[in-house]
Amino acid sequence: MTRSFGHEHPGAMGFLTDATLCIGCKACEVACKQWNELPADGDAALSARSYDNTGDLGATTWRHVAFIERVATDEAPFAWLMLSDVCKHCVHAGCMEACPTGAIVRTEFDSIFIQPDICNGCGYCVPACPFGVPQLDQDDGRVHKCTLCYDRLRGGLQPACATACPTDSILFGPVTELRSIGRSRVESLKERGVQKASLYGDTSLGGTNGIGGLNAMFVLNDEPELFNLPAAPSLPQRTTGPAFLATLLSGACFALLGAAAFRATKRGED
Amino acid sequence: MPGLGARLGRGGATTFLQNLAESDCVVVMGSNMAENHPVGFRFVVEARERGGTVVHVDPRFTRTSALADLHLPIRAGSDLVLLGALISAVIERGLFNREYVLHYTNAAALVGDAFQDTDDLHGLFSGYREGERAYDTSSWALAGNRGSGHSQAIDAESYEQRAGETNVEEDPSLTHLRCVFQVLRRHFARYTPESVQRVCGIDPDQFERLLSAITANSTPERTTTFCYSVAWTQHTTGTQMIGACAILQLLLGNIGRPGGGIMALRGHATIQGSTDIPTLFNLLPGYLPMPAADRPHASLANYLADVTTETGWWHHAPAYMVSLLKAYYGERATPNNGFGYGWLPQIEGDYSFQQMTLMMDRGVIQGLFCMGQNPAVGGLNAKLARRGLSRLRWLVVRDAFEIESANFWKDGPEVAEGSLRPEEIPTEVFLLPAALTAEKDGSYTNTQRLIQWHDRAVPPPGEATSEAWFVHRLARLLRERYADDDSPRAAQLQALEWTYPTLPDGEPNLERVLLEINGVHLASGQPVTGFGELRDDGSTACGCWIYSGIMPATDRNRARERAASGRASLGWGYAWPADRRILYNRASARPDGTPWSERKAWIWWDIERGRWIGHDIPDFPSAKPPEYRPGAGATGVTAHRGDAPFLMLADGRAQLFVASALRDGPLPTHYEPWESPVANELYPDQLRNPVARELSDPGNPYQPLQDPRFPHVLTTYRLTEHHTAGGMSRFVPWLAELQPEGFAELDSVLADRVGIDNGGWIAISTPRGEIVTRALVTDRLQPLSIGGRTIHQVGLPWHFGFGGIATGAIANDLTSLVEDPNSLIHEGKAMTCSVRRASFSATRVAMDGTRDWNEGR
Repeated sequence: MTRSFGHEHPGAMGFLTDATLCIGCKACEVACKQWNELPADGDAALSARSYDNTGDLGATTWRHVAFIERVATDEAPFAWLMLSDVCKHCVHAGCMEACPTGAIVRTEFDSIFIQPDICNGCGYCVPACPFGVPQLDQDDGRVHKCTLCYDRLRGGLQPACATACPTDSILFGPVTELRSIGRSRVESLKERGVQKASLYGDTSLGGTNGIGGLNAMFVLNDEPELFNLPAAPSLPQRTTGPAFLATLLSGACFALLGAAAFRATKRGED
Repeated sequence: MPGLGARLGRGGATTFLQNLAESDCVVVMGSNMAENHPVGFRFVVEARERGGTVVHVDPRFTRTSALADLHLPIRAGSDLVLLGALISAVIERGLFNREYVLHYTNAAALVGDAFQDTDDLHGLFSGYREGERAYDTSSWALAGNRGSGHSQAIDAESYEQRAGETNVEEDPSLTHLRCVFQVLRRHFARYTPESVQRVCGIDPDQFERLLSAITANSTPERTTTFCYSVAWTQHTTGTQMIGACAILQLLLGNIGRPGGGIMALRGHATIQGSTDIPTLFNLLPGYLPMPAADRPHASLANYLADVTTETGWWHHAPAYMVSLLKAYYGERATPNNGFGYGWLPQIEGDYSFQQMTLMMDRGVIQGLFCMGQNPAVGGLNAKLARRGLSRLRWLVVRDAFEIESANFWKDGPEVAEGSLRPEEIPTEVFLLPAALTAEKDGSYTNTQRLIQWHDRAVPPPGEATSEAWFVHRLARLLRERYADDDSPRAAQLQALEWTYPTLPDGEPNLERVLLEINGVHLASGQPVTGFGELRDDGSTACGCWIYSGIMPATDRNRARERAASGRASLGWGYAWPADRRILYNRASARPDGTPWSERKAWIWWDIERGRWIGHDIPDFPSAKPPEYRPGAGATGVTAHRGDAPFLMLADGRAQLFVASALRDGPLPTHYEPWESPVANELYPDQLRNPVARELSDPGNPYQPLQDPRFPHVLTTYRLTEHHTAGGMSRFVPWLAELQPEGFAELDSVLADRVGIDNGGWIAISTPRGEIVTRALVTDRLQPLSIGGRTIHQVGLPWHFGFGGIATGAIANDLTSLVEDPNSLIHEGKAMTCSVRRASFSATRVAMDGTRDWNEGR
């Protein structure tokens, strides 16, 4: 699906976002909104959900720092987990497959980009994403999400969020490199006793029915679900074939049953 | 600042942020570093990634705790007991660095016979004068000193000149009953792990974990750094808390060494700069004391006699003072008129920010310039501050937005409730638009004494201008206005040398100002290359001696430089003094000049070259050998031995025992906060700091002792998402949405007791008033068991106000005016309060209608 843009393919670029280094400062959220000129949103009131007043990724929020106050148990003490969520730039991207207009493309950086001048706001991509990333902007009627700062990359800069991150919790670079950094990071975390450490978005993510890995990966120190990430994400459209067949089959069954019943009635009349 | 200054010689951080990465243990205490210094915190994270241990001691589990290996919840205001217990354990268990302590501190000095400690006098030191609520410090003098014992503690900020005494009797065995080491040992004997449990709420197991983390990482091979911030300074015992930290770090031999020392984190971007070239009432640039009417400061000769020391660095004070006067008054400053000394105003008392609040309220101050400050929200006892503002004749507010200090007269809570009526407020308010950082040239002096230049990136919008433009223009207009006046106050204005060139847009050329700060040889007009070239004969002019060397040539501004190299990041900006990155770094070598260890080598004596070399600029005379011993009658730093690293002080040694520079005692002593729910467990007869400055006023009532109506501890704090009183964040949609509304944090047990759900409305009150805000119920706060009682702590961010996009009740309506006697800083981090569920009507007052997010975008 990679389209030629008339110049060299730089290879897949992506993020490695590390929950164990995040201090929850939200500089990524602000840098993203500032560079991409996204408006503030939210309902202007305290959410009272820890320090998370952003809530979720959305059409005008392309980075979202989640705050999880993990209660103390016998196994683990109280912890305050933080993670900056973002579009995963999937290897098999549900949104792009669902897009009927071709507005969603894969760039030369292997990132998933929604072309705002082509998007007609049909919203098919919204349920096609297993992570709930693309959202319809009620104001302009189109879908928006993280662009991996495509304009900055073209200009030789890193994405705004990675540039702003003070603790290198957000790394930007070639996906193969980030993957090996992530894997060794998980190894060293496990050595330090973080048994639940994992690299979310490694190639095995979601199994064979999955999305084949993420270009935006995450180093986690607890179960993915705790961070609102599905443990085994799969593409909804992978199930449309079997679902269609099943529907067809059950339709046929009902038709046969109906026909049989009709015939029985007729026979009774005879 | 006096906390470090009195004991080490300078008030600044002893180390720099990048060097935290070399720490084997970082203890963050009295600071929420990850939230308030996130960029510097990256080096703490780096230290942890390199295998170091990070400990956070704080009443709340914050974003700093989230990244720490160990978080110890502590009762706000009890820090000195924990530090004291660490000091005591380090001494009693022999865990201190004897060689360091013996050579680099005044541990061996003998304290005079007359001295009596708090143990003997029920929590007071000798010399207490009940009626004046002050100490006569003469009995604190060390034995055998020249008898220059100052009968009064000197002005708060000029401590460096006084601390350290020479020619004292010593006992190198550290066993004499009156030697500083033994006095210290006895003083802290009652600070035990058990007292930590009873006073701080930290159990002995946790204490042992903390102690072993620190001591295992304070050896010749390893070092520990302490990071503190305003959560230590904002106490009535703040100076002594910081002093206790300095004592601990000196005993452990960590100061002056890489990965060691004390990182004083300054609250704002250039708070360090605003004390170096001060906005404080009692200092002149470079920590020269402001002439004072109650000191022998009548003439320049008197003043210099008072501030100049015979030994130690302040021997050079005349060169710095005369050069400063030459910078102020130019050719009008001559030897015959005391270089214009008489034009300087003399202070008559305490003009700290807290006192200003009362003076406005009482009509003493009638006009106010408000630049980079929002007292209607950020002022202590903000209700009183707003009343003070409403009694001014005129008020100039320069800001980027219409902050609360500019619209309190029409939008403030007092107007809403009807106690202030706009038509009855006489204050004429001038709101002038101010340029922000990216819109103007200038410099920041950050927390590590590092000066970094910035150029204007975009022009300011509309009529906004820089503060420099405003002050420059105001000065010129005032000089014109008073040109024909012959009053003394006009003479002060007329005498000023005010010739700054302006750029085409009217802004003054700030690099020309920097040149004046750096200093010049007046005959040639050439810049001086360092403070060593300054003279007391009027041949040099210098605006701030500690910054000398920042502009060694007219075309070289070292604050612009961005070529960092090596472990000290030399080449990136310019650090005062003389670009030294770790202060007192002579102590990074043993007394004989060799590094304590290969791993922690920083500065060492090179025998062949006969100089100190290493990774940093030596904070020591570069050719003075370790074995140097001064001859009789030596002055300045030549009177210091070759193993005396603390060169600002008279004897070149750090002061474990401070004989006269502090107002509340030579050794740190725990007193409860001015408002505390519990008695003083350690000194039952002395609840509070006996010399803390009370500001008595009907508008500033304090809680009666242990009043059961206010059973909970209240502490104020800041969030990453907002900047101080909110002028630069609550009005910005992208920042406002991140923390859109005021709140208070409380533990779930207290929430249950009061009957509040997470997100509900609560009323918090102190004797000053009551505010209504949202409740954030969280496990990050836990009730503490203090002396058999359960104590709840309530956390309250103080950013919010009624203006801007992110609004909320004003936390400082609850705080009081009361000061640390040395630094004159208020107590914002520990007081008492009550909490109840808010009624519906109160809720409606607090909810301030709807807000338009992108208003003004």
